[in-house]
Amino acid sequence: MSHRYFPHTDSDIDVMLKKCGVTSLDDLYADVPEQLLFRRDYNLPDEMSEKEVRDFFNKLGKKNDDLVCFAGNGFYDHYAPAVIGSLIARSEFLTAYTPYQPEISQGTLQYIFEYQSMMCRLTGMEVSNASMYDGTTATAEAMMMAVAHARKRNHVLISSTVNQAVIDVVKTYAGYHGVEISLIDEVDGVTSRESMKQLLAKGDVAGVIVATRNRYGIIEDFTGFAEDCQAAKALLIMNCVALDLATIKTPGEWGADVAVGDAQSLGIPLSFGGPYLGFFCAKKSLMRKIPGRIVGATKDKDGRRVFVLTLQAREQHIRREKATSNICSNQGLMSLYVTIYMSLMGAKGMADVNLQGCDGAHYLADKLVATGKCKLTFPNSPFLNEFCVTTSVPAQKIVDRALEEGILAGVQIAEDRLLIAVTEMQTVKEMDRLVEIVKSL
Amino acid sequence: MNRDFYSKLVFELSQPGRKGYKIPDNHLPEVKLPENLRRTSKLELPEVDEPSVVRHYNNMSTNNFGVDSGFYPLGSCTMKYNPKINEEVAAHQAFTSLHPATPDKAVQGALELYYTLQCALSEIGGMAEFTLNPYAGAHGELTGLLVIKAYHNSRGDVKRTKVIVPDSAHGTNPASAAVAGYEIIEVKSRPDGTVDVEDLKPLLDDTVAAVMMTNPNTLGIFEKNIPEIASLVHAAGALLYYDGANLNPMLGMARPGDMGFDVMHINLHKTFSTPHGGGGPGAGPVGVRAGLQQFLPNPRVVKNSDGSFSVVTDEKSLGSISAHLGNFAVEARALTYILSLGKQGLKEAGKLATLNANYVKESLKDVYCLPIEGVCKHEFVFDGLADKSTGVTTLNVAKRLLDHGYHAPTIYFPLLFHESLMIEPTETESLQTLDEFIAVMRDIAREAKETPDVVKNAPLNTPISHPDDTEAALHPIVNYTELTEL
Repeated sequence: MSHRYFPHTDSDIDVMLKKCGVTSLDDLYADVPEQLLFRRDYNLPDEMSEKEVRDFFNKLGKKNDDLVCFAGNGFYDHYAPAVIGSLIARSEFLTAYTPYQPEISQGTLQYIFEYQSMMCRLTGMEVSNASMYDGTTATAEAMMMAVAHARKRNHVLISSTVNQAVIDVVKTYAGYHGVEISLIDEVDGVTSRESMKQLLAKGDVAGVIVATRNRYGIIEDFTGFAEDCQAAKALLIMNCVALDLATIKTPGEWGADVAVGDAQSLGIPLSFGGPYLGFFCAKKSLMRKIPGRIVGATKDKDGRRVFVLTLQAREQHIRREKATSNICSNQGLMSLYVTIYMSLMGAKGMADVNLQGCDGAHYLADKLVATGKCKLTFPNSPFLNEFCVTTSVPAQKIVDRALEEGILAGVQIAEDRLLIAVTEMQTVKEMDRLVEIVKSL
Repeated sequence: MNRDFYSKLVFELSQPGRKGYKIPDNHLPEVKLPENLRRTSKLELPEVDEPSVVRHYNNMSTNNFGVDSGFYPLGSCTMKYNPKINEEVAAHQAFTSLHPATPDKAVQGALELYYTLQCALSEIGGMAEFTLNPYAGAHGELTGLLVIKAYHNSRGDVKRTKVIVPDSAHGTNPASAAVAGYEIIEVKSRPDGTVDVEDLKPLLDDTVAAVMMTNPNTLGIFEKNIPEIASLVHAAGALLYYDGANLNPMLGMARPGDMGFDVMHINLHKTFSTPHGGGGPGAGPVGVRAGLQQFLPNPRVVKNSDGSFSVVTDEKSLGSISAHLGNFAVEARALTYILSLGKQGLKEAGKLATLNANYVKESLKDVYCLPIEGVCKHEFVFDGLADKSTGVTTLNVAKRLLDHGYHAPTIYFPLLFHESLMIEPTETESLQTLDEFIAVMRDIAREAKETPDVVKNAPLNTPISHPDDTEAALHPIVNYTELTEL
């Protein structure tokens, strides 16, 4: 035995085998039927040294382009303070499991409590779970909760303006879970209240899903939506980009019942799609119905304020098939990322980040329109740091040309549509370069 | 870990006017959203400087116990050492900076990483193809069941509404099947802890979509009737699902695909050493045998004939279950681990995990009740102390272990015994560590006889002691606002 991760010497193994009453390691597999034993080596490389492992990944890394990122579509290139990387590497956080033993897990439980508190304040809701996988699955969980809450009504509405990845995942879960999904029409790039009302009038709707920042980057106006949903006894579920809520009207302020979405925007690196963080917040009346872990405060025998996993009677390890969800873990470490991010940034820092993005996006939009090669797809709709342009040259051409110049121009959402995001990370010079590229086509 | 309790919350460090950030400023003209779309309520987040934030979370971490703190014999969770090189690779700027919507040609390295891991897991699982998109083990189970549903649906075989799970199964199995829209039927275990084939036979008919099993099962026992079970399941037209939570001891020794399983998931955060992170992020890749690949979730990564890689979608797919290609940084860690071990190391890992578990079992079975004799795999279950007269429970033993600097084993699972105490040492623990643990377990058994109240009152020297769970559930306080309103 030789690998550095394994402490066993040959003599250790001999001592241990003797205790087990066998003479070889293979004897420990005597109960495995002969024909099932794997007799060859895996067709995999030989053991690598750390140097070789580094070389391997450096080589792969060089096959990726280093790009200035104007892509968004739910996930944004934001600045993350160095403090986050340093603190999440604390192995007491990193290498712990779910905090089942509160006596030796107060660190994890404390930061989850802080996370829940911050997310409640950010969304304007009263209760938050300890986090979920990502924004798409959190929204799907909200859809299932709405149906469970409504008992006999099995129909959920989702606005056509919600991000396509969210719609796709919600539809997958709904299809297999036996939930009917209807799309609410869009008019001029925003959710049609009339269309929603017509669908609600059927009387079988358990929930309505809309997005505060929609698939075109538009910040929608939901005046009257909460009243319409309440009248139909349907839960109003709002999907949000977490960071936006430091600036835009919150689900709580709109009167929503549930706020869900992705919190990648709060200091989590893009990392080609994950890990990210789904958040799930709700009104207190729904507390016993929400999926996933929840941390609560209590006292220990010496009267100290301490934290525990609570309301576990909802969960799979107790309730098995009758649980509110199959969710087992939360996204622990990722909730630490966003908790540290919010601790450092505070409300003002987050609003500043939104402002930088908003100013930049409007600057870039104006310049792109001035090239004559693009126009705003929905010129009268308000946006924060992301906007949709209709292009007179194929959008693909812009993307390809920009890639050659080291720029990811945006996300192509149709042959002639490009969704472009600006954050505090791109300079005016970089924006001007993108404008020049578009102009040249 | 530090045994003094650091109790502050970051809100309590807040002082108006402090801040912990500086962002670049493009000095562009200010643009404001229309008034009616703006947040009007004050966002009350803490105002804290950078050094205070660092000290706060550092102090907080000292009340936590991780694998790097000490022995973590938590059964079914495979708390093995999490190599540091994994973290370095996952933090590589050439991967962390990649936006998921980047065109394929600009992310060939990332797609190659995904594809390479996909192939390695297929080889290890004996499967045709893996998707790495599921975010966690339970998410993998759900995805695997949806693959099965998509398969039956593609054949017009829509009357299969049931999923069979053993009574010893992980709680996520029945919960995932329920989310997938299935009715759950439980199959009983025999006295030796394995699935009762005679009990299974009459349950198998044309309304069964799948049978979910883990092998070795949650008692750490290899289901040696698996070839017979597989042929019974297949004869009934159903598929056999492998819960990969217990894959670790089978590394290099036997493959689920060769056992007759059609669909499986792997917990990268267990067998492949990615850190548990206090509950996540994990990853739950799902593998399928040949003939089922087209049902895997969208999107998939394929290798083209010219050696390049593409992200593709398939109409026959079950749909999408994630925003993109899963927890990519977790996937990078798992591939790092596979390359670091190599084919030789992978083969050693499984055997040593099994050796460690059997060694602990044999060293303690005279003082703890071993309900099922014989060789185990990566883990085993005691039914509490052998001497039941002391009134000392499994919970007491678990809490007493905390006093001695160990994490507790998994307790009261599986549900087959009243006092289940499930121990999984993993291959990364030394003989010395195991001997020290064994000595402490024996001490606790002796204490239970001589001074039972000491064990019953444990823990005695942890940062906090005996939190009031009942009060927490009766009057939930789930955020800082509620805490300050008390």
